[in-house]
Amino acid sequence: MRRGGKDGVSDRPDPDAVPETPEEASATGTLAARFALRQRSGGLIVPVLTALVAFLLGGLIVLATGHNPLLAYRDIFNGAGLNWIFHPTTSMVSTASYNLSQTLLQTTTLILTGLAVAFAFRCGMFNIGGQGQYFVGLYVANWVGVSLPHLATFPHIVLGIGAAILAGAVWAGIAGSLKAYVGAHEVITTIMLNWIAIWIGTYFFGDGGPLQNSQNATVPISNDVAASAKLPVFWGIQALQGLDVGFFIALAALVVFWALLNRTTLGYEVRAVGFNPEAAAYGGISVKKNLIRAMAISGAFAGLAGGLDMLGYLYHFATSDIPVSNIGFLGIAVALLGRNTAVGTGIAALLFGALLFGTTHGLSSNVIQPELAGNLTYMIQGLVVLFVGADVLILYVWNTRRRLRVRGVTA
Amino acid sequence: MSTFALDNPVWNRLRDPRTAGIAGIVLGVVACFVALPPITARSPLYPVLVGIAAAILGLSAALRGLRRLGWGAFAAGLIGIVLGVLATRSSEGNLSIVFTASLIASMFVFSTPLVFGSMAGIFSERSGVVNIGLEGMMLMGAFWGVYGADKGKSWAVGILVAMLAGGLLALVHAYFAIHLRADQIVGGTAVNFLALGITGYFFFQLYNGQDIPIGVSTIPDVHLPYIRHWKYIGPAIGSLNLLVWVSFALVIVTWFVLFKTPIGLRIRACGEHPRAADTVGINVYAIRYGCVVLSGMLAALGGAYLSIGFGGGAYTDNMTAGRGFIALAAMIFGNWRPFGAFGAALLFGFSTALAYRLPAYSGSAATLFQALPYVLTLIAVAGVVGRTVPPAADGKPYKKQ
Repeated sequence: MRRGGKDGVSDRPDPDAVPETPEEASATGTLAARFALRQRSGGLIVPVLTALVAFLLGGLIVLATGHNPLLAYRDIFNGAGLNWIFHPTTSMVSTASYNLSQTLLQTTTLILTGLAVAFAFRCGMFNIGGQGQYFVGLYVANWVGVSLPHLATFPHIVLGIGAAILAGAVWAGIAGSLKAYVGAHEVITTIMLNWIAIWIGTYFFGDGGPLQNSQNATVPISNDVAASAKLPVFWGIQALQGLDVGFFIALAALVVFWALLNRTTLGYEVRAVGFNPEAAAYGGISVKKNLIRAMAISGAFAGLAGGLDMLGYLYHFATSDIPVSNIGFLGIAVALLGRNTAVGTGIAALLFGALLFGTTHGLSSNVIQPELAGNLTYMIQGLVVLFVGADVLILYVWNTRRRLRVRGVTA
Repeated sequence: MSTFALDNPVWNRLRDPRTAGIAGIVLGVVACFVALPPITARSPLYPVLVGIAAAILGLSAALRGLRRLGWGAFAAGLIGIVLGVLATRSSEGNLSIVFTASLIASMFVFSTPLVFGSMAGIFSERSGVVNIGLEGMMLMGAFWGVYGADKGKSWAVGILVAMLAGGLLALVHAYFAIHLRADQIVGGTAVNFLALGITGYFFFQLYNGQDIPIGVSTIPDVHLPYIRHWKYIGPAIGSLNLLVWVSFALVIVTWFVLFKTPIGLRIRACGEHPRAADTVGINVYAIRYGCVVLSGMLAALGGAYLSIGFGGGAYTDNMTAGRGFIALAAMIFGNWRPFGAFGAALLFGFSTALAYRLPAYSGSAATLFQALPYVLTLIAVAGVVGRTVPPAADGKPYKKQ
């Protein structure tokens, strides 16, 4: 099995040729090179193993605090609506059907915030600012959605989503430019931009802010976007937070992500810079331009997530919603578990979307309360990120696989 | 070029562009402060005059080569004029609500967790391990501190439990960063999620998510005899929390340990060039483990201050609310140096304290003031005013040979 096979003009070295000394690669390689090593080293084993261990450790904590972990996970599974596959229906009378639509709603956002992190990773950068880029996309979509009530539906939606994408791209582009021109570390700048976005939102929707609602000046909440800006709902009822067509836009974004990286010059340059900036520069690729470009595209995905959420099902936003939201941070776990590939990100987004909804609003269980289960999601998320990032664990799997393969050949 | 060919030392110093630039920045600050209590100049003339002087000094420094410092002073002068004139326009009553000696006291209140957090960050990063997980370690300290104080019936037990919890979380980070050579930023992010999950889970499991008993033992305030009755100084520093004073001491201890002792030299060697440190017989792994765990314990102390210090024994979900990240910002803003980070923490604490009082004027201005630390840090890392330089091997896993 060659993962690189479908990559066409692969700039990756042959999987068996280079990492004869994977330890060296992991000690000195760039972020993207290290992740590429991980991608090759374990096939599907590493992410699946990682997720299993995380669920196991989470289960141990559940067990230690006197709940039955198996029953708890069963209830979370049902809470996420995944039991829908046993008796599929689109009728909203069925709880499973409703829960699954909500899980997919979360998956939509997670795919995009995951792609935001993944795209930057492929260029060797860690975009920890998905949350901030998501927020600015959301604010701008709200602004466009509220302030142009006389527009026709289609142009209104396109305008709102376009503005959200642009806002996210600009917000991340700041970090990209700072990285390119003054070498400021993108992790630090994106963290700062996150918090600036948070406080800007608190100002926008807060008392006397420019986006606060026009009816009641004491409530720090925005107006609803106009009906013409709302995305069509195809599963469920709009008033009950049905699943909107944003889901398909997110799926399309997966394809765009893959095609952009693997089928365009831009993607080739971005990946080349990610693997080895010096070599890329030697080959005539502008490192600065690609750092900014990659970061802006990364932010565009997160901005799109914010735009789709606003026009898809939120419609309005309150200052109290800001500190609660961390879907942008969840994107980190999604991208890492999905190994920064389109397919992987899609699957990981579904997993975390199911966890997110299944442990909170969807959960009805006498085994574990939603308050506990919701925090279980954070723990699992933390454990996944922790294990996925550990080189030595990955190398261990890699070496075991090699050994098994060699044994298989000689036998 | 000057026609004043006077050879006196004061004038020579003033002609030095560096002095001019610094004096410009100071004057810019003064321009704003002449309009505030206790001086409270009511005419806009004074801040304008002082501000113009600052801008001229800045300009002269900028024209003589010190561009960053000079333009910084120029900007400080202009900002000083704007803020100063605004202050003369507002009512004296509002001014005395916002700018009192207790503003200084609340500056210390808000900066203390940042001081602990930034010193924690300095220890970890000086040894070569990036610690994005400060926020999580602080959160662990906040929750387990209140748990320990509640179950152990004493704030001292609370502090111990907090430091233990923070240290344990840091140990996880250290193990993944050092032995498993995980990417340290990824690991730190993971640690933050873990802490959020663990504290949230156990807060609900142990306290039902809200019911921390009233009357948990809290860290006492230090009431200074005599001094607390002094004018201005009394309300400012007369009865600060014990941990505030500990944080002051910690800054000095951190500086002394890092820059004046052999162990500090070793720590910095591990952060700058671990291979060289290893060659001369320093156990890089041991130093890094020690520093990261110490970092977790110090950050947890800052967290404990939030819950059983000035928090008065209360805890809420995700109580730190980003203070770990401001501490990180303070460390970067202070250029990975104890006194620099302390100054930054005070500045950020001051902006928070001010933000809590500004609603007397305008709620939205107060909100935007909260973003100030992040904006300043962004400007600092962008290299507009001076350059921040992290330790050379910060964030790079080291493999023994």
